Amino acid sequence: MLASYPPGHIRTPFFVRGKSGIVHDILGMYRNPENLAYGRVDADNKYLLRVLFKQKDLWQSYNGSGHDSIILDLYEHWLESSGIHI
Amino acid sequence: MKPHLRRPHDLGGLDDGPIDRNEHLHEPWEKQVDAILRLLNDKTRNILSIDELRRGIEELGPGIYEKLSYYERWIASITNLLIEKNILEIDEIGRKMAEIERRWNEDRYPPKES
Amino acid sequence: MVKKEPLHPHQRDLEDTPFTHYQIMTTAITELLFQKNIFSPDDLRAQLEAIDRKGPADGARLIARAWVDPDFKERMKTSVNSAATELGLDPGNIPILAVENTPELHNVIVCTLCSCYPRMLIGLPPDWYKSRSYRARVVREPRTVLKEFGTEISDKVEIRVHDSTADLRYMVIPMKPDCTESMDESALAKLVTRDTMIGVTLAKVPD
Repeated sequence: MLASYPPGHIRTPFFVRGKSGIVHDILGMYRNPENLAYGRVDADNKYLLRVLFKQKDLWQSYNGSGHDSIILDLYEHWLESSGIHI
Repeated sequence: MKPHLRRPHDLGGLDDGPIDRNEHLHEPWEKQVDAILRLLNDKTRNILSIDELRRGIEELGPGIYEKLSYYERWIASITNLLIEKNILEIDEIGRKMAEIERRWNEDRYPPKES
Repeated sequence: MVKKEPLHPHQRDLEDTPFTHYQIMTTAITELLFQKNIFSPDDLRAQLEAIDRKGPADGARLIARAWVDPDFKERMKTSVNSAATELGLDPGNIPILAVENTPELHNVIVCTLCSCYPRMLIGLPPDWYKSRSYRARVVREPRTVLKEFGTEISDKVEIRVHDSTADLRYMVIPMKPDCTESMDESALAKLVTRDTMIGVTLAKVPD
């Protein structure tokens, strides 16, 4: 995920920015909330993807099982490719 | 990490204490705020989007997010958006609020007849 | 100013609750929107009644059906909204995704950024779901949070938290408890609570 910290209304939580996950599935195109939030009637469409992160990759001292995971719904422009395809 | 860039609503991963599982019944005015939002957001009116509501909540000002209750944030955001969208004017809101407070006080504490 | 005593008894909720700035604002906005014909008192009343009609019973009905009808469960996993419509429920326009618990996977729902929740099938979210503590902690220490709800999940089971960050809402299909083979759908539905559909508790075990 982009390690990007712009101002404004953003639906990519702070805790996953700059972290690596895998694309779990693709939900389709949805209107970009970063534009909708400002009343832009011509808000563009973006792919919305479900991205899975391993908990141990997010937190240094994760106290659960190594299998544990979290999925977030994230818009395409927040993803940058790691070059790894599974 | 850039903690100073985390906005007040973006809470995932922060430290906090045990969860308070007490639940309060929604008060009538709270449900009314919910209903107002749903009406303004519905397909026929389409006056404001959920995204705009959220943006408005996030931008209420420093410290306000934590200070206000859930539906207080909603009505504060809705009101600001209705002003921005030229549906209501600040002056009429101010006058109406004063009128309502006066009405309510008179209803509770009617002036004694002299 | 001397506080005057009211001359006659008022409704308890009016009498005991202070009329706050934001309550006054709510009344003012409502009256102004009536005046401007944005919506009518009837529209507001209908919407309030619609809010009151929604509750966890609708979601529980869906899950009970999914437990007894595997084909229905598959359809529900493809689209909760169309499965709900099959049962005559109104799931609204926001897509809802059902995530199924298995012996290997336990799902939990949160919205760390606000309070996204499958209201159309479960009703309004509880206070704790909207609280800072739940939203902050369940993504980083889900097992500790689940223990606070009395739910212990084996370390062999993956806990998967779903953060409803965008355009979907989530609900959990819990595992059907043992010893429920003889139960009908309406009895099964009673084993499913709101908290079960959020994923912080398991389905109830029948007495």
